Amino acid sequence: MRDEFAGSLARALANPNLTGALTRFSETYRISRAQAYEGIDFAALRRQIAGIKGQAAGRLPELAARFRENAEALGAQVFLATNPQQAREYVLAVARRGGVRKVVKSKSMASEELHLNPFLEQAGLEVTETDLGEWIIQLAGQRPSHMVLPAIHLTREEVADLFRQEAGERLSSDIPRLVATARARLRQRFLNADLGITGANVAVAETGSLVLVTNEGNARLVATLPRIHLAIVGLEKLVGQFEEIYPILTALPRSATSQLLTSYVSVISGAAQNSDGSPKELHIVLLDNRRTEMAADPQFRTALQCIRCASCLNVCPVYRLVGGHVFGKVYTGGIGVILTAWFDALKQAGDIQSLCIQCGQCVEFCPAEIPIPDLILELRRRLTEQTPPPLVERAIFQVVNQRRLFHGLLRAASLAQKPVAKDGFIRHLPWFLSNLTDGRSLPAIAKEPFRDVFPRLAQRPGREKAALYAGCLIDFVYPETGAAMVKVLNHAGLEAVFPEGQTCCGAPARSSGADAVAAQNAIDNIEALLEPEVRYIVSGCPTCTVALQRAFRHVLEQTGRHDWLGRAAEVAAKTVDFSTLASRLAAEGRLEFPPGAAAGSPVTYHDSCHLKRTLHAEGPPREMLRQSGHELVEMYEADSCCGMGGSYLAKHPEISKAILARKLAHLEAAGTGRVATDCPGCVLQMRGGLDQRQANIQVKHTAEWLAKSLDVDKDG
Amino acid sequence: MRSDPAGLFAGFKSRAEAVSAEVRRFATRTEALGFVLSFLREEGVADAPDCFAVWADCPFLRRCDRAALGREVPGLRFDVTPETAAAARVGISQMEWAAARTGTLVEDATRVEQRLVSSLPPIHVALIPTSGLVDDLAAAFGRVDPRRAAFLAAITGPSRTADIERVLTIGVHGPRRLIVVFIDDLEGAPA
Repeated sequence: MRDEFAGSLARALANPNLTGALTRFSETYRISRAQAYEGIDFAALRRQIAGIKGQAAGRLPELAARFRENAEALGAQVFLATNPQQAREYVLAVARRGGVRKVVKSKSMASEELHLNPFLEQAGLEVTETDLGEWIIQLAGQRPSHMVLPAIHLTREEVADLFRQEAGERLSSDIPRLVATARARLRQRFLNADLGITGANVAVAETGSLVLVTNEGNARLVATLPRIHLAIVGLEKLVGQFEEIYPILTALPRSATSQLLTSYVSVISGAAQNSDGSPKELHIVLLDNRRTEMAADPQFRTALQCIRCASCLNVCPVYRLVGGHVFGKVYTGGIGVILTAWFDALKQAGDIQSLCIQCGQCVEFCPAEIPIPDLILELRRRLTEQTPPPLVERAIFQVVNQRRLFHGLLRAASLAQKPVAKDGFIRHLPWFLSNLTDGRSLPAIAKEPFRDVFPRLAQRPGREKAALYAGCLIDFVYPETGAAMVKVLNHAGLEAVFPEGQTCCGAPARSSGADAVAAQNAIDNIEALLEPEVRYIVSGCPTCTVALQRAFRHVLEQTGRHDWLGRAAEVAAKTVDFSTLASRLAAEGRLEFPPGAAAGSPVTYHDSCHLKRTLHAEGPPREMLRQSGHELVEMYEADSCCGMGGSYLAKHPEISKAILARKLAHLEAAGTGRVATDCPGCVLQMRGGLDQRQANIQVKHTAEWLAKSLDVDKDG
Repeated sequence: MRSDPAGLFAGFKSRAEAVSAEVRRFATRTEALGFVLSFLREEGVADAPDCFAVWADCPFLRRCDRAALGREVPGLRFDVTPETAAAARVGISQMEWAAARTGTLVEDATRVEQRLVSSLPPIHVALIPTSGLVDDLAAAFGRVDPRRAAFLAAITGPSRTADIERVLTIGVHGPRRLIVVFIDDLEGAPA
């Protein structure tokens, strides 16, 4: 299984057609989507959708019953299928009773969830997908690689080849010609079919209506021409009232295809007449397949808010490299991981969940406010409960949990690395770790950790004190960042203290699903950090800041350590990231930079994922860089992930490297020669990549650029 | 203008044209009819398979002499079936509402003929009373109770796809041209 997954991952990364098509799409998507949303308050709209769908998810059985009653009053026959097998058998029974031989389908993810086509074909029916992309996929014998654009991974030449086999004639790869061929070939199928199968984008309980949103016009034909229409609808498509369709119809076309509205919106409420005057036979299969179980899970209920726009795929830095054949099953991308875990099996999501780098881009774009990365993290935790991680990983966490041993090992490593470290970088690692240093040099562990450097730092005594929380990277790899933080804070009249008992923030353990380890880390840190009387607890690492502000409480709750919640809240209230604190001190007039500092030298800023999307603090570092005398030059996609992602770099080094290559190209294009960021992990990743490229660009933590500007004072 | 007191026409036109629809407006039914007939001739409508035009029964048509129209444009038929519509070059129907904000036409398409003429032929001519202009889709759908209309249809521009290499291509399964004809003196559906 694992090898198969690794193989498909390697093939995807080596496929320039795939990564090229997906990357170009991800770039144009953001622009066209933004245009489509002009004049619309996206935050308010998605709150509304999350409200509507979240409420509906809380009463699925009731809505299903009302839908059934109302649709049946209008002549439809509604069947509630508990599992895929029941749904498949119902469809086949309808076909058999109606003497059906030929079936046409419009796009339906729920039917793919049922693996309906092979089932009907085995029963002797001819089944034709009529959505162009889905038809191409059917001819290719593949599964869709994207929820909205199923054939995005195929080139026009590949499509021409497939059509040539189907039509038995030579075809040029001209796209309008190919589309015309599809129109002609499929037209007869529409006219000859006895059964039309559609999905639905929304189902309205109040009126028994199905809402279908399409561009090609195939769904209207599928619902109109064959004498029997059968719609397969996941329970999560239900809403209560008819007017609740409008927010969804506002967001879905904009988020999915950057349109104000799709070419066709059809609202089907009960059975209309066929063209021969006979009443249409209309069947609606409401598919549960663990959706009610999912709705009862307080964490995963939110995933039922999904409107299947696929924006989480389009903005995902990993999806755009590997595509949906690697990143997903029937449902693809971030949301696909979650739906696979429920509709298929938790184990099925085992490999694909590891692809999420936790950068949070998808959360910014999701029109239904689904916390996709958090849910994936929760899946990871549940998977770890079922299958403990490999011995090496467990051994590492055992070590991390014993501060003295962990720190002792890091000190020892500082000496042990000597043969491989040069100029502060490890360029080559032993063969079993070699893919870690392919395309990226790892930093050498500092000769002296920050905790040893700290007592020697000169400070003016201050009225107020701030406890420094260093985190592993600043403590053991970049002590100079810690020293810079002390310098800036002390300049503003704060005296920094370093609580010795502090240890790893627990983020690595948590992101591997090892919550018990993370909880112990939290307790050790709380004890250490609450000891001194301080006004602030300040961290130069956004991931650590998030841990102190939020994850400690979450993980203590998860593991039942409720007795620690009060003290965790105290830590959270005092915790602030370095740049936010610096900008507060500047606003209070306590932090000023000498005139002429940095001499207007240009710097470009890289947003770390956690600082921007979890802490929403993209403003303070930029403001402080300007105040410290720099000219701020924005790079392209400043907020796209650098590929570090904590332990991601060890889990998927190839993906991490490819994401990094893109980031480095943007750093170089900015042309500033100076890069600031607030995350030591991003510093590690970007410096390592630049070292191997031998590019002359300086990457430093914002604290270091600010400290440097203060130096001008001294130098005169 | 009396038939468009809210001045929604301009908004509709720019939105609809942005999605490749063609928009015309006439003061009277007579002028509109003249346009439609000359359009059918220009498009080569004739009494031969694949050259027909099919016109679904509608309030506009009920005031016309169908036999005379059929004589003027041979191949113009009023018997709408899947077969005649599939063999037609042009389909004509009357729509009820036009949502300005998205350039969308809305109709109660419960009668299957309405859907056949707007789905199968490569060109769809949509007649619409100017008084049917409303602000948005919600205002249009809001005029009907879905429980009394088995099939409500909203059409925004011609049929389209981007399924091959994301290249926008007009006219997949539905029409490749949508011609929207506003008529000021055509009576609309009761509000």
